[in-house]
Amino acid sequence: MRRLTTWLVGGALLLTAGGAQAQTLDPQDPPLGLPPIPVPDDNPITKAKAELGEQLFKEERFSATGEIACASCHEPEKAFTDGRAIAEGIKGRIGTRHTPTVVNAVYYDTQFWDGRRASLETQSLDPLVNPVEHGFSSHESVLEVVRGDADYLEQFREVFGVGADGITMDHIAKAIATFERTQVSGNSPFDRYRYGGQTDAISESAKRGLQVFRNKGRCVDCHTIEQNHATFTDNEFHNLGVGWDRIGDDVFDLVANFRKMKAGDGEAGIDQTILTDDKVAELGRFAVTLDTQDVGRFKTPTLRNVAVTAPYMHDGSEKTLMEVVEFYDKGGNANPLLDGGIKELDLTEQEKQDLVNFMKTLTSPRFAENGGH
Amino acid sequence: MSNGFKRRDFLKGTVAAGAATAIPLSLVEVSFGMGSNNAAAAGAQDFTFAYISDSHLTHIKGTEFNDNFDKGLKRAVTELNFMSPKPDFVIYGGDLSQLGKKAELDHGLEIMSGIRELDVKWVIGEHDYYLDLGAYWRDNISELYYSFDHKGVHFVVLNSILTYDEWTHERWPTAMDRMKAMARLDNPEGSPFMVGAEQRQWLADDLAQVDKATPIVVLSHSPLYQVFKPWNFWTEDAAEVQKLLQPFDKVNVLHGHVHQVLYNQIGNITFQAMMATAWPWPYPVSYAQHANAVPKTTVFMNRADPHNLRDGTGWGSVDLVSGRETIHHTLWRNTNRTIAYDADAGHPVDTKYQDPASQIPPQDHY
Repeated sequence: MRRLTTWLVGGALLLTAGGAQAQTLDPQDPPLGLPPIPVPDDNPITKAKAELGEQLFKEERFSATGEIACASCHEPEKAFTDGRAIAEGIKGRIGTRHTPTVVNAVYYDTQFWDGRRASLETQSLDPLVNPVEHGFSSHESVLEVVRGDADYLEQFREVFGVGADGITMDHIAKAIATFERTQVSGNSPFDRYRYGGQTDAISESAKRGLQVFRNKGRCVDCHTIEQNHATFTDNEFHNLGVGWDRIGDDVFDLVANFRKMKAGDGEAGIDQTILTDDKVAELGRFAVTLDTQDVGRFKTPTLRNVAVTAPYMHDGSEKTLMEVVEFYDKGGNANPLLDGGIKELDLTEQEKQDLVNFMKTLTSPRFAENGGH
Repeated sequence: MSNGFKRRDFLKGTVAAGAATAIPLSLVEVSFGMGSNNAAAAGAQDFTFAYISDSHLTHIKGTEFNDNFDKGLKRAVTELNFMSPKPDFVIYGGDLSQLGKKAELDHGLEIMSGIRELDVKWVIGEHDYYLDLGAYWRDNISELYYSFDHKGVHFVVLNSILTYDEWTHERWPTAMDRMKAMARLDNPEGSPFMVGAEQRQWLADDLAQVDKATPIVVLSHSPLYQVFKPWNFWTEDAAEVQKLLQPFDKVNVLHGHVHQVLYNQIGNITFQAMMATAWPWPYPVSYAQHANAVPKTTVFMNRADPHNLRDGTGWGSVDLVSGRETIHHTLWRNTNRTIAYDADAGHPVDTKYQDPASQIPPQDHY
């Protein structure tokens, strides 16, 4: 196992991950092009905690079959994605949604495609007990693995000051979240061009693509670029019609039945249902808010490292960046709840290619060797 | 799915598709105004109806229609179908069409037929009327003015977009010229809306049969008061109509036409505007050349994002609670608004944003 090596220098965390170049990680002084890293007061970043979190993230014993870790789908070698359209859990079980990258996930206001968890700390608990992911029937199985491992016990004592009996899922979640929080990645050719004053950092085609991105393509409305940083997400939820053909007129019954289920069972079983019923999955943000305006809305994903995280959309239905551009060019998939910002773009072939070339400039050096799509 | 894994195993809580009615979640009873009213004595019950208004479906050629305006109405119909529990009926507030063409009205009826299992009560707007003076509407959609009773509340539908006979019958070379003249804002050749003497007499006769304690809901296309004449946010004989309504304890007027959140109180009469599905109008205060009388009670809508086709538009529902209306505006890509009659204040208030301190500050970064 490749260890994350980190060390603190004057309050800043230095880390190397996956053999990448060492970088300073002070939450207030993030890589070029990124805003400060949000860190909750009750879970400060430390070297030991991030290191423990990385081991837990890669722990395959955290699954009913002993074969699935967080890293099985969020593969560090694949920019923390899996290259699949839809995630695959234990025993080859297929879920309903595409694996999003962990990289820069700390900048999301909410986690999961429908934002059903508010933080990295709360997000990591759900997949462990989802039957199509890690497949445990309860979190007790996770605690058993940790409590039975002398190396983990030593680290939990060091990081959290707790003995075997004192270890809770809260500690595990905090360690994993801390590792994920260190997986920020900026300093792409775009960042050096836009924020670093390096005018030749991207090609002329990519520069034209940025203009399309900001103007005719309307991309920047949701994939935001600010004056001094860019997360490429508005942290909102939008209906593009992706996956709508799977529900169509069934949507009225699906909405009615989902309301009934949530009224009866509350939050219990929601996570399972969303990842096992491919029609309910398409209700999107509605499953969280029960606001019917949110039917079919999904979170705007960041575009950082997008060239190395194919396929695309919440269901992995677009294979290449050019397919994505074509999808937006035709105005998404028609449906009654289509976002008001989505319309036919009438892009030229040159503009489409320029847009793709622009998106390829969003790859951080750390992932550049993974190649583009 | 492969390897014998059954996804239904995990759906312990789900009910099979198509099963029984939904549990009420979206509509919660509100109990304000229950004290000093005699609506209960008059037999009025609480209930909810939905509204859609001002879709302005625009025929281009053949079977082609303006896609933006189609999308607004289709979205409203879809979201209305999600309501749980279902409303008792639906109001359509007028201006279904842009130029009153049969193609536009037929197209509108087709989209509106997507509303599941609910009656629609139709109000005619000037865009539906001035091509054929309501002939196609009357034959295929609805009477132009009528009344009905529902759960102890008396509803009156008015055709409030009539004008002087001379303007209607003697000025225009073609019916389409007349239609286009009335469709314009700031038209020096335009003419103010009015209910007219004949209809006012009908209204007086209709209301003579109704107990003064019975809650009244009047549905019109134009506001039955006077806000801004150049855009016909105006009814010329509003004062005379109001005079017929003032003797009743509780009167609610619901109108379209203005394409914005607007509410007012004059005496016993509460006025509420329905949102448009097509586009938002600015508030007339932004147009300095003419005097306006935009009600001071109204907390304005946020400025709409012109880049977003659906911003500043929407649909809604109305709860009749003890004979007073509480309106819920569903505003797409904007913050939903709820406006309810405040018995202490004696006028409608936004339940969340009436206090200036709780209003959303204007955007200062673009």
